Amino acid sequence: MSASLITSRQNEIIEEFSLFDDWMDKYEHLIELGKDVPAIDDARKTDQHLIKGCQSRVWLAADETEDGTVLYSADSDAIITKGLVGLMVRVLSGAEAKAIAEADLHFLDAIGLHQHLSPTRSNGLASMVQQMRLYAATLAARRA
Amino acid sequence: MDMSSLPKRVRKDFPILQREVHGKPLVYLDNAASAQKPLAVIEGQREYLSNYHANIHRGAHHLAQLATEAYEGGRRKIAEHIGAPHTEGIIFTSGSTDAINLVAQAWGRTNLQSGDTVLVTQMEHHANIVPWQMVCAERGAQVVPAAVLEDGTLDLDDFKRLLELHQPKMAAFVHASNTLGTINPVADLCTLAKAAGATTLVDGSQALPHLAIDVQAIGCDFYVATGHKAYGPTGIGFLYGKQAQLEAMPPWRGGGEMIKSVSFDGTTFNGLPHKFEAGTPHISGGIALGIAIDWINGIGTPAIAAHEQALVQHAHAALGTLKGLRIIGTAPHKVGVVSLVVDGLHPYDLGTLLDGQGIAVRTGHHCTEPLMQHLGLESGTLRISFAAYTTREEIDRTVIALDRAMQMLS
Repeated sequence: MSASLITSRQNEIIEEFSLFDDWMDKYEHLIELGKDVPAIDDARKTDQHLIKGCQSRVWLAADETEDGTVLYSADSDAIITKGLVGLMVRVLSGAEAKAIAEADLHFLDAIGLHQHLSPTRSNGLASMVQQMRLYAATLAARRA
Repeated sequence: MDMSSLPKRVRKDFPILQREVHGKPLVYLDNAASAQKPLAVIEGQREYLSNYHANIHRGAHHLAQLATEAYEGGRRKIAEHIGAPHTEGIIFTSGSTDAINLVAQAWGRTNLQSGDTVLVTQMEHHANIVPWQMVCAERGAQVVPAAVLEDGTLDLDDFKRLLELHQPKMAAFVHASNTLGTINPVADLCTLAKAAGATTLVDGSQALPHLAIDVQAIGCDFYVATGHKAYGPTGIGFLYGKQAQLEAMPPWRGGGEMIKSVSFDGTTFNGLPHKFEAGTPHISGGIALGIAIDWINGIGTPAIAAHEQALVQHAHAALGTLKGLRIIGTAPHKVGVVSLVVDGLHPYDLGTLLDGQGIAVRTGHHCTEPLMQHLGLESGTLRISFAAYTTREEIDRTVIALDRAMQMLS
């Protein structure tokens, strides 16, 4: 159920981005998404939730719900990173912990933004995805 | 010479400049991180690998002799290029970082005592800070930075004050700043440091591609630079040291090449420069760095420096037309480096949007975190940096692209 939720959300994003074939249009859309992202509570923008990338900073908080799903909220001080972070939250938040831990995240590849996940981009996104999975995997193991 | 004709003359030497990025002609403005390679350098490496590769110095055969001659020829070209009095005073290293670590360890462990000071500046690259911190931690010594003024020039009064206050054993400073572009008055700094009894090291990583260098006129004890920023390959650079200093220093790394004889009763070490070159070196790199230096001299450092000076002035003026944009580093003497920030915008966003338009720049702290902290620039800067092949048109295209990025982000 939850795995297909992640898949269908990814497909939705892929379709959304298929409207843009130009690089700059893609970024324009990403920037708009970044502006819309419900940011993390200021109270949670602490060092404890900070994922230190080399350049842009990313904050991530995760909460488990009673039914075993995970709710994420995140923010970044760079707007393009914030847009990317928002896409990750949109795909994974509210899914079951086990499905998150095992999710095949292919949408960044499909929309041609996979290079932002490369560790050399130093935008903190790769570490954030790792953290999201780690949190979910720990939770899933505890519930198993 | 007409300065705008220099790129026209040299661009054909760089195959990579023909390519496109994201469907747009590449504008490569990340030269301070690494310069592109002329055909002569590319071909020189290929020629060595396909025609006369062998291990050097030891072989009793023809290829070993050819390879040794070419590699030692690279060393000789470096020595001549920087005015070193002896070729043996040039030690091949993997780059500037490696060269500074060599001095920090081989010189530092012999000469630094508890309570001693190494004087650096606030504009140093991490490579000229961390190796000193490491050896100082071991020896109970300290690293102290001289301040940088608001426009990006070194605070000479602070430099003098710290010399007097700490009587440092070592003063290590950058010839030209990779973040600000500032060219330091290194000969004056060496005179001051020497008068205070300090040994001196100059980090010439950003000077080698842009400026004429004369280590004897500068008067430094050590001078380091890397090859890949000066049109050569990665993984090769050098340390120049005064002969007496190098002779007095113990070897740092042990192994082949650096020994005279080895036995379990004791080992004796080779002479200069081999004492500091343990193991099989980056042979093709040494050869190709020599070729890169030939390439630079084929144009002449005065022509390159004048061209880049004109580009810096043009860039400062053109960027000044963008609202909310601030240039970081406006020292009167600069190499081809222009750092900037835009009010309210993250450099990473700007850099990403320039990349989307085919323009390669660097964003962040440029491995000068203490400088960024000093200037209060937590997210760093966006840096554009020039080479002999950079054109005014490329800078104009960048200003237009930056304007578009700023509009998209605000």
